[in-house]
Amino acid sequence: MKKFQTGIPAENIGAAGEDPLVVRIVEFVHLARAQGFHVGVREGLDALRVAKHCTVLDKQRLRWGLRSLLCGNADEWRRFDQLFDLYWLPSNRKTRIESASRGRIDSREAQGRRGPGGEVAEADQLQFGDTGDAGEGGARGGASLLEKTSGTDFRFLSDARLMREMEQLVERLARKMRRRLLRRQRIARHGQRVHLRRTIRKSLRYGGTPLELVFRQRRRKLPRLILLLDVSRSMSLYSYLFLRFARGVLGAFRDAQAFVYHTRLVPVTEVLRERNIDAVKEKLALISLGWSGGTRIGECTQSFNQQYAQKIVNSRSIVIMVSDGFDTGAPELLAEQLQRIRRRARKLIWLNPLLGREDYQPTAAGMQAALPFIDVFASAHSLESLKALESQLVYL
Amino acid sequence: MGNMKDIITLQKDLEQVGYIAEQSLAATLLLFAELKRPLLLEGDAGVGKTEIAKALAEVFHCPLIRLQCYEGLDASSAVYEWNYQRQLLAIKIQEAGGRPVAEMERHIFSEEFLLKRPLLQAISMPSPPVLLVDEIDRADEEFEAYLLEVLSDFQISIPELHTIEASSIPYVVLTSNATRELSDALRRRCLYLYVDYPNLDKELRIINRHLPEINRELAGQVVEFMHALRRQDLRKKPGISETLDWLAALMRLNVKNLNEDPELIAQTLVCLLKTKEDRDAVTHEVMKRLVANAG
Repeated sequence: MKKFQTGIPAENIGAAGEDPLVVRIVEFVHLARAQGFHVGVREGLDALRVAKHCTVLDKQRLRWGLRSLLCGNADEWRRFDQLFDLYWLPSNRKTRIESASRGRIDSREAQGRRGPGGEVAEADQLQFGDTGDAGEGGARGGASLLEKTSGTDFRFLSDARLMREMEQLVERLARKMRRRLLRRQRIARHGQRVHLRRTIRKSLRYGGTPLELVFRQRRRKLPRLILLLDVSRSMSLYSYLFLRFARGVLGAFRDAQAFVYHTRLVPVTEVLRERNIDAVKEKLALISLGWSGGTRIGECTQSFNQQYAQKIVNSRSIVIMVSDGFDTGAPELLAEQLQRIRRRARKLIWLNPLLGREDYQPTAAGMQAALPFIDVFASAHSLESLKALESQLVYL
Repeated sequence: MGNMKDIITLQKDLEQVGYIAEQSLAATLLLFAELKRPLLLEGDAGVGKTEIAKALAEVFHCPLIRLQCYEGLDASSAVYEWNYQRQLLAIKIQEAGGRPVAEMERHIFSEEFLLKRPLLQAISMPSPPVLLVDEIDRADEEFEAYLLEVLSDFQISIPELHTIEASSIPYVVLTSNATRELSDALRRRCLYLYVDYPNLDKELRIINRHLPEINRELAGQVVEFMHALRRQDLRKKPGISETLDWLAALMRLNVKNLNEDPELIAQTLVCLLKTKEDRDAVTHEVMKRLVANAG
């Protein structure tokens, strides 16, 4: 049998080399790791301990034991059975084992539900790569993709691989935001008001003289972010990236909500929360089916106000509209609806990716109508400008 | 990991205290008891994650200590706090006695004045308890990191007193509804168990366990209906406790068969559908179709 680099010190395996079961377990742990399971050295050792108690004949018990040991999240949990069968069932073993350590096993793929590309969403409204626009900014990423491309307008990212990486970066950026916001708030609050109870308590060790003062930290409260994303044709270069951004935000901020709109408004919070990104793409494609014609920002905002605003928009909500402002509806309606949002929410932020272009003037009727009610009007056309958004979210 | 006999014994024990577990679940729990690693339970709300911890405590004949997490949970409410009012009183009383200051200080920072919160309580028990850390995803990252530290060292240091080492290693069960990503470190540290909605057979057995006087035919219908309902695209899928609630309601209304009175059944759906969107999604037609399919 082939020798593997185990990462498990040899003395811990005991009489390692000889015991075929040990070798097979180690091999299996490696296979799991190659499949993206988070398996550390300790898990490897525990797997051996589990296996010691079972014979290989008792597959069922081995399966249950290894499953709870090696899996770390629901996605891995679902994939585990297949991986286990692949490796331990004799008929499958030789033929498929090789392919397994290369590609990621996805049960849905195995059922043949998707084509090789798997990019269902791409085909529809949520297009993002316009190849005609190629060229100048498309820096070929390497170690420092972030550095090279952080100032590049997203529309110039033509390379598919680069785009994928950018998607991941954008999502991660959103997640990081939360942590930094919390930290910043804590520092900003430092030493504001004396916490009387604690001060008295601290004074005990000085016989009741308040020598050490304790300052009150107000409860850290993060804003509730509500994202309204325009996914119409005119926004197609950006919409997919903003959806990934929304996904990151939803993952990091507990009570965030996301909606997409075009000709009507659809809540996508649950869809984006799905762990598997391919499943997300598939569902988004389903949602966007059958949409056509212009954008009705006014109507969509109205339905947001009527159906959702009451429940989710409050004084700690920050509503973020992402749109280029090309509205086929009446601008008066949009103005009225934005005013209603503005009254309810803490802040209304409008992100217009076109603003990053040098020659752009916000002259579209919808944009003109919206401007008086917007607290922050920003571009968010590149990683850098997205990051700059962070300072607007600090809740004071 | 014990042999098959142990697994079946544990399964029986669990059933006796009112928790129906499949063999695979019992096998994992047995492994958990043996490896003494924390167990992370994930799954939708209402699939009985908390129940597992409660049942385990009963099976192991040990107390259950519960720590409910929330945003902003800090050490003083999770680990320990000094009972400072009592300390103050003690100082006042002793002032008259004229005892030396050093002794007084030792006195007011003794265990007598220590309020043990769940974590400290759990590690200072004489025999291992079950420590349930409920909804860990609601707590902040800092608390998660702190918990990780306690779970690997099993000791807590109290500056005024001394470091308290665990007198027994508790069985730690963490639950998460996945509203936030947990850190990889924590996931790796734990055994993992994904709790899914029960299958038809299991749900029937749960019902029989909790409502023994139920009409068999109705129970079968209801379970089929619930499974079909969970396959619908709902915001909040009804869990097991919802099934039990609904059945109890149906029994009170003397319903023998779901086909009997659609109007009445529709009214009882409030037991299952708890958001406006879901109520709108399950229209009369949808409900009738689901009932018809449930036979």
